[in-house]
Amino acid sequence: MQNAIAQRAPRKPASFYRLKRRVVRGLQIFALLLVLIYTLFPYYWAFVSSTKQGAALYRSALLPALDFTYYRQLIDNPIFMGSLLNSAYVAVSTTLLSLIIGISAAYALGRIDFPQRRAMLMIVLMISIFPQVVVLSGLFELINWLGLFNRPSALILTYLLSTVPFTTWILTTFIREFPRELEEAAIIDGCSHFRILMKILLPLMGPSLASTGILAFILAWNEFLFALTFTLTDENRTVPVAIGLIAGTSRYEYPFGQIMAASVTVTLPLIAVVLVFQRRIVAGLTAGAVKG
Amino acid sequence: MASVSLHSVSKSFGTHAVIQGVELQIDDGEFVVFVGPSGCGKSTLLRIVAGLVAPTDGVVAIGGDDVTDVPASRRGVAFVFQSYALYPHMSVARNIGFALETLGMAKEAVSQKVLSVARMLKVDHLMDRRPRELSGGQRQRVAIGRALVRQPEIFLFDEPLSNLDSDLRMEMRLEIARLHNDLKTTMIYVTHDQSEAMTLADRIVVLNHGRIEQVGTPQQLYHAPDNRFVAGFIGSPRMNFMGVSSQATAGRIVGAGNLSLALASSDLENPITEIGIRPEGLRLVAEGDGRMVCILERIEDLGHEHFGYCRISDDTVWVIRLPEAPSPDRIGKPVGLDFADAAVFAFAGDGRRIALAGLQKMAAEAPLP
Repeated sequence: MQNAIAQRAPRKPASFYRLKRRVVRGLQIFALLLVLIYTLFPYYWAFVSSTKQGAALYRSALLPALDFTYYRQLIDNPIFMGSLLNSAYVAVSTTLLSLIIGISAAYALGRIDFPQRRAMLMIVLMISIFPQVVVLSGLFELINWLGLFNRPSALILTYLLSTVPFTTWILTTFIREFPRELEEAAIIDGCSHFRILMKILLPLMGPSLASTGILAFILAWNEFLFALTFTLTDENRTVPVAIGLIAGTSRYEYPFGQIMAASVTVTLPLIAVVLVFQRRIVAGLTAGAVKG
Repeated sequence: MASVSLHSVSKSFGTHAVIQGVELQIDDGEFVVFVGPSGCGKSTLLRIVAGLVAPTDGVVAIGGDDVTDVPASRRGVAFVFQSYALYPHMSVARNIGFALETLGMAKEAVSQKVLSVARMLKVDHLMDRRPRELSGGQRQRVAIGRALVRQPEIFLFDEPLSNLDSDLRMEMRLEIARLHNDLKTTMIYVTHDQSEAMTLADRIVVLNHGRIEQVGTPQQLYHAPDNRFVAGFIGSPRMNFMGVSSQATAGRIVGAGNLSLALASSDLENPITEIGIRPEGLRLVAEGDGRMVCILERIEDLGHEHFGYCRISDDTVWVIRLPEAPSPDRIGKPVGLDFADAAVFAFAGDGRRIALAGLQKMAAEAPLP
């Protein structure tokens, strides 16, 4: 034992550890910057391109030219503004509907005992596994039968197909972790299932509702394939499709600037929504992870 | 106020039977405590009375009426939960008044009732606070207030004090006793803490593996347990047990520590296989005196009481409650143990207690087992 103590390396001076700490800190910041650039550069590039005109677009200058002509053109473009409204209508309705359906389903699946519960959960999960392309033609027939072709409502109906499964799953997990005694207290206090849901569960589910709601909103806002398939005319398009179909003045001109300006514009509402609910999302994502 | 009766109540989850054929009659105004080890079904039984869990079989009656299929909110019961289960997003006042609000009572009337209950429980200065801003004891009071405001016929408590620290637990125990004294309402109280059971109960129901082991007053359970389980469960430190061999033909039982007791009468069908003596039934005497020998291994001095640990055989250590600490010199040395005949509890192989009359010490001439 004494040998072991004697052989221990002499302690290095404090300045060594100070330097080491600074180097590590510097490396951490460098890594952080790397990640930030990697994630933000495409968006920045879109912004830079959207403010350049004509030939400047083909020069890879990193600084924005701050020429907002394309943005003004967008605002003056009734079709684009109309598609923005369509998108808002579709995304908001999809979010609200999927939350309402999701929470009712989640309460049943998470709390009420019925024999087919496991099977139900599995089926819900299965639905969300199918790639969109697989269900596309079937949905097309369905939409035709319902007479919803070329209407924004058709998009709401089809988006629910992908948003309801995941809202149901996330909310089921939350409701399962919800303390049972709280619910029993409400039962003793004379509450019906509906009243428990409205007065006890909902007020406490704000964070998880916000996070699932935002995910559903983003999904509905950005969806392209269904939106392209189920709408025909300009006035019924949503933003992603509208952007995809922006045409130049001649068939040889690719309207790069306009597309970039439109892309930047449609991302702004998302950023706003996320920032507003940001605190709640984080709380929602970690809810139930730690008891407290 | 109301009586409660359970008639052959059973509950199983899948194939696992949690409650098995429970028969119980609780009188109006009685304070009954369910005790038992964890997993014995005591909380489930309480939830069956409350109506939160439906029994698989049997009848639950409150005040003479069959309520087996009556929903929890219509049974006139109030429930105090272990976790308090206060609604986190509501103020204290709303927590207390929520049941009345659900009934559709006018706001004025609700707030009046809430205030009077809050005054009674001394939480009226906390009315606007949220549960998370309250201390454990205050949360407990609010939880009791929430039960009180409904003016229930029966109070059900599910381990209400187990989340409190020991000082507060004593204080709340007194308050619950006072509450019962004032209200004279039937109360059923579940706990695993036997000191709560002994101090609060008019009658204790000891449960084990979903069956009732014994029902009786605290004194009955302590002095006349029906079986080994109750004997071992009630009393702290627990009763000392030792396996003995019964030489029924010779009319005596023998065990480790030179134990040899003559039986006044013996039942050949049900030989005694185990005896038990409470720590307070044993006396430490000089080696050679007394009725058993053992080695004093350790002494615990708690100030107001003292415990001695005596090794009787390789796998048996008995605890003795001592009036005063013995001299430390005696540790590690052989000592004698003495006890009165009445202190001995004898048990048959199936755990039932066998009444004993008249024991005599016999010379330890027989070879020790």
